[in-house]
Amino acid sequence: MNLGEHAGFIIGSYAVAVVVVILLFAWVALDFHAQRRILADLEGRGLTRRSQRTEEGNP
Amino acid sequence: MALIDLANPSRFLAFAGRVLPWLYGVTAVAFALTCYRLFTISLAPYEQRQTIEIMFIHVPTAWLGMFGWAAMSVAALGTLVWRHPLADVAAKATAPVGAAFTFVCFVTGWLWGRASWAGGGNLPLEYMVLDARLSSVLMLLIQYLVVIALVRTIEDPARAARAAAILTLAGAVILPIIKFSVEWREGQYTLHQTSSVFVSGGPKLDTPILVTLLISTVAFTLLFVTLQVAAMRNEILRRRVRSLRLMYADERPA
Repeated sequence: MNLGEHAGFIIGSYAVAVVVVILLFAWVALDFHAQRRILADLEGRGLTRRSQRTEEGNP
Repeated sequence: MALIDLANPSRFLAFAGRVLPWLYGVTAVAFALTCYRLFTISLAPYEQRQTIEIMFIHVPTAWLGMFGWAAMSVAALGTLVWRHPLADVAAKATAPVGAAFTFVCFVTGWLWGRASWAGGGNLPLEYMVLDARLSSVLMLLIQYLVVIALVRTIEDPARAARAAAILTLAGAVILPIIKFSVEWREGQYTLHQTSSVFVSGGPKLDTPILVTLLISTVAFTLLFVTLQVAAMRNEILRRRVRSLRLMYADERPA
């Protein structure tokens, strides 16, 4: 593939897109694990949502 | 499961858990197909053959940047009219994804403009050929950043949601401005070409380019949806963390 005299512009465009997509995936993955960890920690202390208590027969 | 059932946060979490692995897979396949087309398409017969490569990123991200704001506007109505909690979750989760796509659209448009239209100097701002389309996309990017900042600034989620919803609806005026910026006073304030795909009489693009562009658009759309669903799941979990913390604070002896 010959990108010619505009190679810098094309490679720059694709590089920006790839970096942004990687950052977005990293953001959602890290955020998901962080929220899951905090929730597990809070539930480990015996805190549950009211709807969860009702489901477990523990009003 | 009816679509309306997903408006319940717990059901949405279960749905997201089931659908996300499939979305990741289908998105990866769509991007693999896009890459195959990019490496095999022959652009030799075209006048601006090299910069056409940029179009396969620039055009889908432009559409999705605008789609993101339109989706946030619909969610804003859900927040203001029906006060539905999932509408606010959707709006808050869409803003960073829409901002990222708009950023890619802006940077690729800037580089494409520089390569095609020339002009400007060597400093970053001189380097930029700011035409009406590029300027209005920059405005959209700024709007996304303002909404994200506003939501983070206001501590009460309900107040933050209402303020962001009003700003989003007011900001929706940018969408027709972006769309028609290349048609109003064409040639005076813009160097950007007019629409080549959705035009009366059919697309102006040749079939190989059009097919590659459509495949690339499908890939980016799947990526957008995947990230949005994942971000919405995170936002629902964040709200559960917040309510449990508040409950913990209430239950602790003073």
